Amino acid sequence: MKYRSPLAKAVGLGSAKTGTSHWWMQRVTAVALVPLSFWLIIFLDLSLNAPYQEMVAWLSSPLNTLGMVAWLLAVFYHAALGLQVVIEDYIAAEGVKIVAVWTVNLGFLLLVLAALIAVFRTLLIG
Amino acid sequence: MAEFTLPKNSVITEGKTFKAPAGTTNIRRFEVYRWDPDSGENPRIDNYELDMDNCGPMVLDAILKIKNEIDSTLTFRRSCREGVCGSCSMTVNGINTLACTKAIDSYPDTIKIFPLPHMSVIKDLVADMTHFYAQYASIKPWIETQTPAPADSERLQSKEDREKLDGLYECVMCACCSTSCPSYWWNSERYLGPAVLLQAYRWLVDSRDETTGARLDELEDPFKLYRCHTIMNCTDTCPKGLNPAKAIAETKKLLVQRKLG
Repeated sequence: MKYRSPLAKAVGLGSAKTGTSHWWMQRVTAVALVPLSFWLIIFLDLSLNAPYQEMVAWLSSPLNTLGMVAWLLAVFYHAALGLQVVIEDYIAAEGVKIVAVWTVNLGFLLLVLAALIAVFRTLLIG
Repeated sequence: MAEFTLPKNSVITEGKTFKAPAGTTNIRRFEVYRWDPDSGENPRIDNYELDMDNCGPMVLDAILKIKNEIDSTLTFRRSCREGVCGSCSMTVNGINTLACTKAIDSYPDTIKIFPLPHMSVIKDLVADMTHFYAQYASIKPWIETQTPAPADSERLQSKEDREKLDGLYECVMCACCSTSCPSYWWNSERYLGPAVLLQAYRWLVDSRDETTGARLDELEDPFKLYRCHTIMNCTDTCPKGLNPAKAIAETKKLLVQRKLG
């Protein structure tokens, strides 16, 4: 390492030729979450104030089911993309970084699956 | 992890104080970071009280006055003293700037002068720029073409295309922007930083260059380019009034355009 030229160090392993999709999807999900979050306000208001059966009925209308599923997908995808960036920013140790990125991505995948199952169980079983 | 604490030998101690000559009425106090690699001591802050009635108007004039008249051991870089060489970049009252283009009177009271942040210090106000310059070389900051130049003329460029380089070619590579960027502090081994990315964009938009695609390929990387989170310190601090954050945003737009456009 000591005898490597500064240019060789600066070039390192070269370009990964990825990153654009990650960055772009972060923006796309952020934009999608603007209208979806307004929908969520109505959802939260109802879920805190309406009786359970009324809430289930409201959620089973196709538009509201779509809103719920779309919000869940967008928010967990956005969170996973964003947290990965935070980890890459602040964790320099290569091994810890890779494990942390895996943990975050698998964690949010499990969360979104659990949330979707919960939605459909509620709608099907009532 | 990112380093949030400084190693023990970076703790700064109180240094010497050089009083202004008796009878001086117009005094300004300068606190200057000093570190001598040969002494084995921790860095210190020396205090210089300068007679402003016998000093030039710029911060660099004050530093030169210290070097010439008070303390010749003070080490710093300077050359053109008019903002075109980029040598005298340093941190003045917490903001990176060129000492030669910043007026002493633009600061309210005591002036605190430090080397550029988060760079290895060689001595006093001189930062190690080796890696920064190597990163600059890595983006191939020169024209690359397959088409031979016309035999009897220059490679022509329309006025409109030439105007695309305004706000880019003026950069003097002083590193004020890169060393003000938190992303560059945490990941400078791989993140190219605002100064180098502005230069990369300068060659992306040059109408005469024929390697735009290859240049974009080299930049498309989570670390080289996408560590930029539009913090805007770069644009804020640039002593030449340039906008590296915009150049980086335009580069990201080109990459999306190439993918989706």
